[in-house]
Amino acid sequence: MTAVSVRDVSIAFGMLRVFDGLSLDIEEGEFVVLLGPSGCGKSTLLNAIAGLLDVSAGQIWIDGRNVTWDEPKDRGIAMVFQSYALYPRMSVRENMSFGLRMARTPKAEIDRRVTQAADLLQITHLLDRRPDQLSGGQRQRVAIGRALVRDAGVFLFDEPLSNLDAKLRNELRVEIKRLHARLGKATMIYVTHDQVEAMTLADRIVVMKEQKVQQIGSPAEIYGRPSNLFVAGFIGSPQMNFVRGRLEAEGNRLAFAAGRHRLPLDAYAFSDRPEPGREVVLGVRPEHVEPGASGVWPGFTIDIVEPMGADTVVWCSDGTETIQVRTSGTRRVAPGEGLSLGLDAAQVSLFAADTGERL
Amino acid sequence: MRSRSGGSTEPQGRRPRRITAGRIGLYAFLLTAALFFLLPLWIMLVTSLKPMEEIRLGNIVALPAALTFEAWGKAWSSACTGLACDGISVGFWNSVRILVPSVILSIALGAVNGYALSLWRIRGANLLFGILLMGAFIPYQVFLYPLVRIFSAVGVYNSLSCIVIVHAIFGLPTMTLLFRNYYAGIPADLFKAARVDGGGFWTIFLRVILPMSTPMLVVATILQVTGIWNDFILGLTFAGRENLPMTVQLNNIVHSTQGERAYNVDMAATMLAALVPLAVYFVSGRWFVRGIAAGAVKG
Ligand SMILES: Nc1ncnc2c1ncn2[C@@H]1O[C@H](COP(=O)(O)OP(=O)(O)OP(=O)(O)O)[C@@H](O)[C@H]1O
Ligand SMILES: [Mg+2]
Repeated sequence: MTAVSVRDVSIAFGMLRVFDGLSLDIEEGEFVVLLGPSGCGKSTLLNAIAGLLDVSAGQIWIDGRNVTWDEPKDRGIAMVFQSYALYPRMSVRENMSFGLRMARTPKAEIDRRVTQAADLLQITHLLDRRPDQLSGGQRQRVAIGRALVRDAGVFLFDEPLSNLDAKLRNELRVEIKRLHARLGKATMIYVTHDQVEAMTLADRIVVMKEQKVQQIGSPAEIYGRPSNLFVAGFIGSPQMNFVRGRLEAEGNRLAFAAGRHRLPLDAYAFSDRPEPGREVVLGVRPEHVEPGASGVWPGFTIDIVEPMGADTVVWCSDGTETIQVRTSGTRRVAPGEGLSLGLDAAQVSLFAADTGERL
Repeated sequence: MRSRSGGSTEPQGRRPRRITAGRIGLYAFLLTAALFFLLPLWIMLVTSLKPMEEIRLGNIVALPAALTFEAWGKAWSSACTGLACDGISVGFWNSVRILVPSVILSIALGAVNGYALSLWRIRGANLLFGILLMGAFIPYQVFLYPLVRIFSAVGVYNSLSCIVIVHAIFGLPTMTLLFRNYYAGIPADLFKAARVDGGGFWTIFLRVILPMSTPMLVVATILQVTGIWNDFILGLTFAGRENLPMTVQLNNIVHSTQGERAYNVDMAATMLAALVPLAVYFVSGRWFVRGIAAGAVKG
């Protein structure tokens, strides 16, 4: 069953149209991450789902109901904000129970839910403190707790971890994932511009750019078969290598050619077989380049070596192209060494040079 | 690199001198300025504590030789304002009766207005606010006559409620501006969270926003208490004969004396009239500065 359905939604700030007929379906129990650079409209979409922003056209359905004109509190949602947004003059307990008190829930039920959520997030010992007596990580836990007690079917997160330091971010990320598993049927929509969060948390990622959806798919799909140049470049660190070239025919087989480098494309799964002569961009992830003596692309020299512990990123160049290669951290390499690169056509991506779309 | 442990390292060179010519000049200026502003207060105080014979000698800054509180008692309860000779106490209580509801009403209206304008993004909020601000810049003498006509037509002219409403109206632009700017500094997420939690217009205001407003409430109270207490023309015009505020009665005392002018009584009456704003400043000076600073940094 679809938990959240955004149908042909348009949103405008005065004269500025942000979305124009955007649609998105999210299944019950799914963890969907909205990923994109700053200003692409992630928060706007989330606020529209929450009912904090009016849509100018289209409908929003939650749990089989058209909630387009419903108040936020009537939509069965809970929300966690980047800035925590805890009520400064209330204790943690009062913060968490505020929504329930507004809904006139019986006192015993409020206590039960607060205790349960506090247990789950390990903040029981903080219940009587005020927000200004908490650390950033504790504040965000409380904010998540406040969302939990609402017993909502849909949880909305707007960059909940981006105000925290790296270590805390990792901890809470794992915790959110555990929470999702534990809550079972809860649907989560999570906004971030951090691709690690997106890859690790999501069942499905929605990649956005300039208020348009670029690709929707599982993390593996997004990473392995990016649908255009933007997605390919945005996801993955170090970045995917791009080489400009053209398609050439060898008999009835196709090959990629850039300068003196060639790559037969027999193993490549074209979505729509293009004609030879087309200008294309070849994309290959650093870990899919095999450095060695017997590669198909010879004549590269090592430029810079970046050891990262588990693996090492090697920048190599042949004068025109610069390629990043990811190799094992134990392998000994030194700048100046010559090598040739091995590529597997099954693992590369090809994009049309003019439109940027995947071929 | 070497890291030092133990032992102390003296800063090098001579310590900068604490007292410089510039410092001395600065203190001299501050002292003179303080004296300049304190002198009238001093003269009023000593004059009010002297008997008339001593005042006639003309040494106005000297300490009283024969200390007496007679003038204060007279000013409070038996000085003549026109025909009645009940002192300024009547005016004092009138002023209190005007002050309390006016201050509460004007601050309440300003806070709700500022909250609605800054957080609820009402359609046309900016236009509304612009018009309100313009109201703050029009000299209020312009409004006097039309307001008198309106109030007489409605039948509340010359009453306590009339003067309270007038103070609330004239306080509205400043109070709204003050609270709107303060609330504009509150993170929008906080407000959104309260809406998701099911708060309505009034619950969010009363349970989330108002508890955060203490510094602004203090500033607004100080501004309104002093402003309304010191008001003369509005009280004279709208309050009616029964409710004339202290400022109007003070004026009557000072100007209605027959024969010799009782300077000591005049001074004592003036001091009594200034007591409330003075007390407010002394008690709340710290809060006032803090409130303005908080507004400035967060707003
Ligand atoms: N209240 C507003 N008035 C006018 N334009 C707005 C408003 N809020 C957002 N926008 C515009 O809408 C677009 C999308 O903004 P949004 O806040 O959704 O971006 P975002 O993807 O959440 O970015 P970030 O990662 O920085 O939070 C931006 O171009 C922004 O300028
Ligand atoms: Mg955002």
